[in-house]
Amino acid sequence: MRVPVLRLGHILLTSVQSDLTDEQAMTLQGDILELLRDGKADGIVIDITSVDVVDSYMARVLNETARMARIMGGEVVLTGMQPLVALTLVEMGREIIGVETALDLESGVERLKSSLARRDRDRNDTRANPGDRYGE
Amino acid sequence: MANETDITVEVHSQEDIITARQSGRELARQSGFGTVDQTRLATVISELVRNALVYAGGGTCRIYSDISDSQRTLHLVVSDEGPGIVDVPRALEPGFSSGGGLGLGLPAVRRLMDDMTIDTHPTGTVIHARMTRKR
Repeated sequence: MRVPVLRLGHILLTSVQSDLTDEQAMTLQGDILELLRDGKADGIVIDITSVDVVDSYMARVLNETARMARIMGGEVVLTGMQPLVALTLVEMGREIIGVETALDLESGVERLKSSLARRDRDRNDTRANPGDRYGE
Repeated sequence: MANETDITVEVHSQEDIITARQSGRELARQSGFGTVDQTRLATVISELVRNALVYAGGGTCRIYSDISDSQRTLHLVVSDEGPGIVDVPRALEPGFSSGGGLGLGLPAVRRLMDDMTIDTHPTGTVIHARMTRKR
């Protein structure tokens, strides 16, 4: 089964509702990146409230998705991590999750909106001073 | 309800990883382990069973508990008939991976469980991890 990805304006929302197989996690990553590439959105909130195991593979997929989205010009925020999952991840080793996070979906959407607004502001600033940059 | 205190899951596919960790979590719960330990065990099962699948094409995951008057112990034994781990000390170093992973699998298992023994040969690997709690 595919994890549905919803679009809300310039933001994508997805909620992982069950334990994903490795393949389903990779499919979700592909779906997210395609939607970003097609210009359907600028960022995504991934909610993992219902996920009760994040192992090193899942952590890697989440980190890579965020990194890929970022180099494409998008943003990713992870929300709703269960306390038990957070505790286990901390015990597993430092820096296992390198994604921006928020407590719940609502604050995740706010976080994403403000980082997108900041990004757009930075771009406008750059455009206002074209002499500061080469090749633009 | 009958308590299942010895479960074996044959692992041949990614779905079996999920089955194994759900069975492990349930066995831990029935054996009186708390939710933190249940999550630790489920995560460890996920790491070890995935290794068996990726490096050996599959394997067997056995989870059982051993309960006495003074303590309870959860045992996890994951075995495969793969080519074995070439350099065990290196495989236990955080950040080292030969399979394209994060390289945190085995180090994570060691941190989440109380102890782990690795018996590996060119014909297969058996990893036995334990978690003991006072009653």
